[in-house]
Amino acid sequence: MLEIEIDGKKAQVPDGSTVMDAAQQVGVYIPHFCYHKKLSIAANCRMCLVEVEKAPKPLPACATPVTNGMKVFTHSQLAIKAQKGVMEFLLINHPLDCPICDQGGECQLQDMSVGYGPMKSRYSEEKRVVFHKDVGPLVGMEEMSRCIHCTRCVRFGQEIAGIMELGMSNRNMHSEITTFLGRSVDSELSGNMIDLCPVGALTSKPFRFTARSWELQRRRSVSPHDSLGANLVVQVKHDTVMRVLPHENEDINECWLSDKDRFSYQALNSDERLTKPMVKQGGEWREVEWNVALDYVAHGLKDIARDHGGETIAALASPHSTLEELALLKKVVQGLGSGNIDSRPRQSDFSADGKRAGTPWLGMRIAELAQQDAVLVVGAFLRKDQPLLAQRLRLAASKRSKVSLLTLGGDDELIKLHARRTVAPSQLVNGLAAVVKAAAEAKGVAVPAEVAGVEVCETSRRIAGSLVEGEKKAVLLGNAAVQSPQAAQVQAVALELGKLTGAIVGFLGEAANSVGAYVAGSVPSAANARTMFEQPRQAYVLMGIEPEFDCANPQVALAALQQAKMVVALSAFKHAPALDYADVLLPVAPFTETAGTFINAEGRIQSFNGVVKPRGDARPGWKVLRVLGNVLNLPGFDYLTSEEVRDEVLGKGAEFAAGLDNGLNGVAVALAAPAAGLERIADVPIHFADPLVRRAAALQQTRDAGVPVARLHPDTLAAQGLAGAARVRVRQGQGSAELALQADAGVPVNGVRVAAAHAATAALGDMFGPISVERA
Amino acid sequence: MALLGNIHGVLTAGLNGDHSWRLKDYVARGGYEMLKKILAEQIPQEQVISEVKKSVLRGRGGAGFPTGLKWSFMPRSLPGDKYIVCNSDEGEPGTFKDRDILRYNPHSVIEGMAIAAYSIGATGGYNYIHGEIFEIYQRFEEALDEARAAGFIGQNILGSGFNFELFAHHGYGAYICGEETALLESIEGKKGQPRFKPPFPASFGLYGKPTTINNTETLASIPFILKMGGEEFLNLGKPNNGGTKLFSVSGHVKRPGNYEIPLGTPFSTLLEMAGGMRGGRKIKAVIPGGSSAPVIPGDVMMDTTMDYDAIAKAGSMLGSGAVIVMDETTCMVKSLERLSYFYYEESCGQCTPCREGTSWMYKIVHRIENGLGKPEDLDLLNNVLGNIMGRTICALGDAAALPVQSFVKHFRKEFEYHIEHKTCLVPKDVQWAGSGFHHFE
Repeated sequence: MLEIEIDGKKAQVPDGSTVMDAAQQVGVYIPHFCYHKKLSIAANCRMCLVEVEKAPKPLPACATPVTNGMKVFTHSQLAIKAQKGVMEFLLINHPLDCPICDQGGECQLQDMSVGYGPMKSRYSEEKRVVFHKDVGPLVGMEEMSRCIHCTRCVRFGQEIAGIMELGMSNRNMHSEITTFLGRSVDSELSGNMIDLCPVGALTSKPFRFTARSWELQRRRSVSPHDSLGANLVVQVKHDTVMRVLPHENEDINECWLSDKDRFSYQALNSDERLTKPMVKQGGEWREVEWNVALDYVAHGLKDIARDHGGETIAALASPHSTLEELALLKKVVQGLGSGNIDSRPRQSDFSADGKRAGTPWLGMRIAELAQQDAVLVVGAFLRKDQPLLAQRLRLAASKRSKVSLLTLGGDDELIKLHARRTVAPSQLVNGLAAVVKAAAEAKGVAVPAEVAGVEVCETSRRIAGSLVEGEKKAVLLGNAAVQSPQAAQVQAVALELGKLTGAIVGFLGEAANSVGAYVAGSVPSAANARTMFEQPRQAYVLMGIEPEFDCANPQVALAALQQAKMVVALSAFKHAPALDYADVLLPVAPFTETAGTFINAEGRIQSFNGVVKPRGDARPGWKVLRVLGNVLNLPGFDYLTSEEVRDEVLGKGAEFAAGLDNGLNGVAVALAAPAAGLERIADVPIHFADPLVRRAAALQQTRDAGVPVARLHPDTLAAQGLAGAARVRVRQGQGSAELALQADAGVPVNGVRVAAAHAATAALGDMFGPISVERA
Repeated sequence: MALLGNIHGVLTAGLNGDHSWRLKDYVARGGYEMLKKILAEQIPQEQVISEVKKSVLRGRGGAGFPTGLKWSFMPRSLPGDKYIVCNSDEGEPGTFKDRDILRYNPHSVIEGMAIAAYSIGATGGYNYIHGEIFEIYQRFEEALDEARAAGFIGQNILGSGFNFELFAHHGYGAYICGEETALLESIEGKKGQPRFKPPFPASFGLYGKPTTINNTETLASIPFILKMGGEEFLNLGKPNNGGTKLFSVSGHVKRPGNYEIPLGTPFSTLLEMAGGMRGGRKIKAVIPGGSSAPVIPGDVMMDTTMDYDAIAKAGSMLGSGAVIVMDETTCMVKSLERLSYFYYEESCGQCTPCREGTSWMYKIVHRIENGLGKPEDLDLLNNVLGNIMGRTICALGDAAALPVQSFVKHFRKEFEYHIEHKTCLVPKDVQWAGSGFHHFE
């Protein structure tokens, strides 16, 4: 510990602290621009110059290490003169037109110039002009003359996003922040640069000039997208969501948001919003009142249950639904005498159901990811599926962790990897088994008999080595592992690896409430998300589901829906295909318009309130289901608040969900035989993963939202006689899609990478099933 | 040949032939003897360093930091890579000595670097050569080939078990890359921008490893110092100002060029060696240590000796030893405008005071020179330069401010005249006559 005195306030600070750290500890504010607690120290803005006893010159507080007995003066004549001098320099070339700047009112430079700036400019020369740049639909670089060269955006790219998309070119006062030769900024974390920019140089393209910061009301919420459960500040004007910013939470999203979390709010105001209950009668859609719609639904479902039995009714809910919605939907379905409810639409292997020791989860707290010595991520498109969990692993890998991947594609996760192996989906079990075998060999223990037959490669040994050596280690199963046809086997082998090496086995988690769905009991006692379509039912209730994008096999799902007597869709959007297969559309409120609870990957229970009134006649899903329960005359539907529903499921006041356990009972490990022919590898593109992002206009213009292409290994192309083809037709079952073809050495041999969840590929079948390819 | 003369020449002694840069000639002049001796006798590192300390060799790049002391900062016993880097990024206006050393005596630099590497425990070295003297970079590469072939650098040098790999690296001409940490960034392939210190290169240098950076002339002096003994080298100069030094004399003298003289030699002697003032004109001002050193009025300079302490006493810096001589036909406003333009242009743009301040200063001086000056401009200039000095990441801010400060201080009348009359105090035709390019007389 070191002793320091700042403006007369004494403090003890840990070794290695800077004067800035110490000042924050004692509550002394030192003005700064380039300094940011999450970024490396640049010391380039010079705003934080302070006087240090015995130092002849003022020193930058952000970069000056504390020495024992140091005395610092932040408001001495020397310090103030230095700070004012720097402020004048920052302002001479800065356009002094705050009234027309989008950052006005929330600008660090504006605020600080009030405190340290001169009343009148002594600068009578021409100001610098910096040309604007078009770097894509999210980050606006339209007024680059405002830039003060703090390089926060550059350092963010290098250090946090893992890719340097912005840099400072040229020198002297002609320095400017730009992309390399006019490229766009495509990082899935790019929006954070807007937050980091202390001035109005980087602005939010979707938000700019739509509101002033002082007109906005700030309300807390939780992201409904990936399994992280990022904390949000939703900013609202006249009952409309205008923008979303991060709410800092060191345990979850730190001070970051993925672009998906940040910009998906545009969908809330989309023209496709469903604002009235609608009923189809005689092939004609009619807008009706809620009581009419709910009566219609209640009668229809009751009749079917009476005539055909409860088991002919099935319900499929999105894992992006709230805990309350999921719990009540289950209650309604149960009340109708059915056990057919599921909320894992993209899963295809359910053989672990009934054998789980508890609710699948991350296996640890999110913050613990950074402390792992070794991590093996299995079957994940990490960056695009869980952008901020990937960011945590990226930082961990840059420091000490050995991060390895066992993947299905060659995507660059921008992580310094210890090892990487790419396998075809059918070989995921064997790939993981090879690591088990290698780990057993490395430890010198008996190789488990089930995996003895697998061949061990050098990469598997390297991965196993890191897992055997490290003290804290984890095997994390990604979305593709969960969606793969051998999900239970993959989990069983992972558990075997965990047992052998002491590694924690965890699930990265697919959606905001994947864990919550299990906790809410939204798991089948009869038909699951696969069998409810494979064995078609009379009636379906869909909640937040768009089957052609959200189901593991859209072909089968759509066919089953088409033949059903009654399909009730609870949705925030008027969805064109639903107009075809559905009979009733009930407008339910998205996350900003309802109270609810999500349980994130680490099992953290996060409740939130609606931040705006529901649009039109849309109503919170829990209320709709509660009234439906009443109309159906079901017992136990007397809730007055969503909190009552939550407390019934979770008990009161818990911070973390109970019963989290990734163990399996009675799943035997068996190696997989190599698949014959080509197999599909389907990722879920980041901006198509759920109904909200699919309608977020700006996100849909990003590079990540491009039309899927078919990607094959060059060897596969040659073997299939496709070399040189520009377009191909891929076929699964009855459906096919014509796509551009791209050779990709990252795709495993005999794999055909075709993304799911996109209109261009919605006609296809199983995400990881057999597929054929021919020249278009 | 721009090596025009010497007194007690050390570095430049015997550099007469056309092939003095060849290994054969260098060895004939006694080159590589010290390296051989040190390696053969396994002279302890401390002993080499202490001999360098005895010579009071001060860094020839501009800062004048004692070389022996700098070497002793290196954590010699620390395991892992360490580096010696030679700074040949000679970009300071007025300075052109290192290129002549590399042109005529490159092996002295190679031997000096090998000895330095031995002394500080480095196994790798880079010579960072200014990008605008490409033919000299090529020559150094040739010299490296010769030295490598002869076994003076590489693995297991002269059978001693000492390994030292040396590479040449040429920059692209940015002045800032002469700043040692920007130079390291540039070698690493990054944009040449100075690092914030601490940490200093001796603990966190090239590729994050302990590194010592010395000027070309400094390293070239090492073999000679060790050969003649530190004390004798010191005695060539004067106390605290050891040895001889190369001075690049430019400006209004008859024979501009490089001159090697013992430190402590009167300026008047140096001026005489350079043939005196051109056209017999009167000396007006001298910048004694490269463009970033404060200007000194001519009469003050005539009473000064050429060494670190005397020039500091006269109010300037010996710097890199670039002596820019200006005669009475010089317009000081015009001169400062050119200097300010250089610093404005070469500021790396990283930190605020330098990026914004250098352009502001240039714009003000430019305005004054072009008849748009305002009476308050001189105070504004002084205030702006005061806000730059001591507030920047590296020394470029100070380097840009010092000339402005000294020009305005010593020649304020000329600036005031310019502002008031919107033209030079020195008539234009006199300036043209003095420039040597126009002949009106």
